[in-house]
Amino acid sequence: MHVERDFVSLSGKALHDESLGEALDTVASVMPIIRSQALTQLEDFAAARERAREVRDEALNRLDHYLELFEQNVQAMGGHVHWASDDHEACSIVAQLCEEADAKLVTKSKSMVTEEIELAAALEQRGLEVVETDLGEYIIQLRGEKPSHILAPALHVTIPQVIDSFNEHHKINRDRPLEDTDQLLAEARAVLREKFMKADVGITGANFLIAETGGVVVVTNEGNADLTASLPDTHIVVTGIEKVVPTMDDAGLMLRLLARSAIGQRLSNYTSFFHGPRRASDTAGPGAFHVVLVDNGRSNMLGSELQDMLRCIRCSACINHCPVYTAIGGHAYGSVYPGPMGAVLTPGLADLDSARHLPNASTFCGRCEEVCPVAIPIPKLLRHWRKQEFSRHLRPRSERFGLGAWAWINTRPSLYQFVQRVAASILRRLSAQRSDGRWVSQLPGPGAGWTRHRDLQAPAARSFQKQWRERNSGGNT
Amino acid sequence: MSEADPAPIQDLSAGKRVGLLATCLIDTFRPNAGFAAVRLLEQAGYTVEVPVQGCCGQPNFNGGDEQGARQMAVQIMQTFAEFDYVVVPSCSCAAMIRVHYPELFPDDAAAAAKAAALAEKTWELTSFLVDVAQVNGVDAALDATVVLHDSCSGLRELGIREQPRALLGRVSGLQQKELANPDVCCGFGGTFCVKYPDISARMAGKKMADIKAVGPCDVVVSTDLGCLMHLGGSLHREGSGLRVLHIAEVLAGMADGEESD
Repeated sequence: MHVERDFVSLSGKALHDESLGEALDTVASVMPIIRSQALTQLEDFAAARERAREVRDEALNRLDHYLELFEQNVQAMGGHVHWASDDHEACSIVAQLCEEADAKLVTKSKSMVTEEIELAAALEQRGLEVVETDLGEYIIQLRGEKPSHILAPALHVTIPQVIDSFNEHHKINRDRPLEDTDQLLAEARAVLREKFMKADVGITGANFLIAETGGVVVVTNEGNADLTASLPDTHIVVTGIEKVVPTMDDAGLMLRLLARSAIGQRLSNYTSFFHGPRRASDTAGPGAFHVVLVDNGRSNMLGSELQDMLRCIRCSACINHCPVYTAIGGHAYGSVYPGPMGAVLTPGLADLDSARHLPNASTFCGRCEEVCPVAIPIPKLLRHWRKQEFSRHLRPRSERFGLGAWAWINTRPSLYQFVQRVAASILRRLSAQRSDGRWVSQLPGPGAGWTRHRDLQAPAARSFQKQWRERNSGGNT
Repeated sequence: MSEADPAPIQDLSAGKRVGLLATCLIDTFRPNAGFAAVRLLEQAGYTVEVPVQGCCGQPNFNGGDEQGARQMAVQIMQTFAEFDYVVVPSCSCAAMIRVHYPELFPDDAAAAAKAAALAEKTWELTSFLVDVAQVNGVDAALDATVVLHDSCSGLRELGIREQPRALLGRVSGLQQKELANPDVCCGFGGTFCVKYPDISARMAGKKMADIKAVGPCDVVVSTDLGCLMHLGGSLHREGSGLRVLHIAEVLAGMADGEESD
């Protein structure tokens, strides 16, 4: 999985993007409200969350069993299941299936796994035309970009930018120039409708796989997955091995939490259950039904502390509630999985070295864990990666040395007193350079990060502990 | 001006010794808050001691240096073993001990037991005053409009939300206002604020905008000095006259720092 390594410069660029900032402010102000309103409709969110955690844990603890059961049930309905150990294998399998279907045009509904394995690019390299049919995905496909949010991939794009993209790519003679969103929607719908009708293969993701029925659950708000899955003669589902749940009832529970957590809806506009290819009694539907189960690093997380992350149902509540994400947006993370969930998942699916900033770009405020519908202990898992970075020497030497020295000093409390006194006296000297003498406005070394944006209150002349002991032992310290 | 009923407090506190873990930041930057915490605990009837102490290990724990954090935890466990209670005027340092110390020793049952024992008797200051000492009055006045900045560790690791509000509600003359987004992080985050200063500053900017949106206001109060230094330093940089005070200073009637130098 590809990761852009340069978190610091990407986030710096994002902080200067005003229209992105406005979009993110809307996420930060609106999403928490609509989520919490939707969750109050549930009788007991805490109990539902606990049950959902159990369902996901059961599936992951016996993942081999449930995946094989799922496979048997898909096969019994005339479908096929393919196992892909990594992104290359997954793309090759899909390409092969497209070739067998003699496909030229492929429609796709939104799927983060296909973003992760860069499926569209792989198919295009083999000469296929690939069209994203989720409106947001379609927009960023035209712009040659990656999604900046797992649910709202074009969150960072403005309306004028969409107009530019449509003008550039749609060869349409219009009555009047594109101006408003209704026009944009109508035009996208018309363009995509033609693709839906002509497509040879439709590729969807899956929100859940149901082991006991062999069913594939896909939710959308645009209905594009249904057209993608139903109109072409071949439906290929590409998804991660962790998406399986044991029963239909379990899927029902997960769906109740998913839409509420994601966008404050009781249910998504379209919730579809796909079970195998067209049957003899069916009047429509694909003749061929394939499910490609992608591992791509997931099984390495099984059985470790990171297994908890595989419970994730990609609702994006942690992203919407993250104060870091809503400051910098998704592209800064350099991964198709941004925000708190991405900061845990990306080092697991790619490698820790290239994703090393992501687990550190968190204040551990804990809001992600609080809103997670499957109770993933995200701060704990970020700390897991930080421990690995520390022990594998992936952190800057100055930081390693600093922490080591801090531990050494503090296991000797009287040495701490001495170091504290020296540090305070240096800081006081720096504060004396200012007229009021109470603030430091420029710090050297690692402190420069503080004073780039903030002043530092000058330390007290004598520490609390020193003053305390002077009072309580007649000034004898 | 206190309306406290002293009877139950003295029963709870009689002969009980509290060890104050002052925190590195209060030790260095705001001794007044340390003395204010002592005053509050003494008013509640406890005997307060301040053993020679260093850092609780939170920077190392969050920085991935678990071995260093473990060594520092052992030091703190030893320093505070003898007290009936350990009180910390900081949610994040209190959470380090209460929540994370017990996780640090999976392979050392004896140390894990000591960590659990320390965790059980360790409290953040306002939570201790309300939940343990059952203080229901404070001897303080502050003629000011105040916003409380919640600590994320307090909200989500220690269940501290109402305790500081209840105590501030007892301060004579003090008017509390609520932020629109009280549960959103200010961007301090320990070493986060120097590792990613630009992101941290953006988060502080949003918090300051939230503070300004409450209307006329004199003081930002918090249980955690880290957040306050971050917000106070940001406010000072942009020339704001808003004061930042540790909640102990307000509750002890020491907002004007008479005990500090």
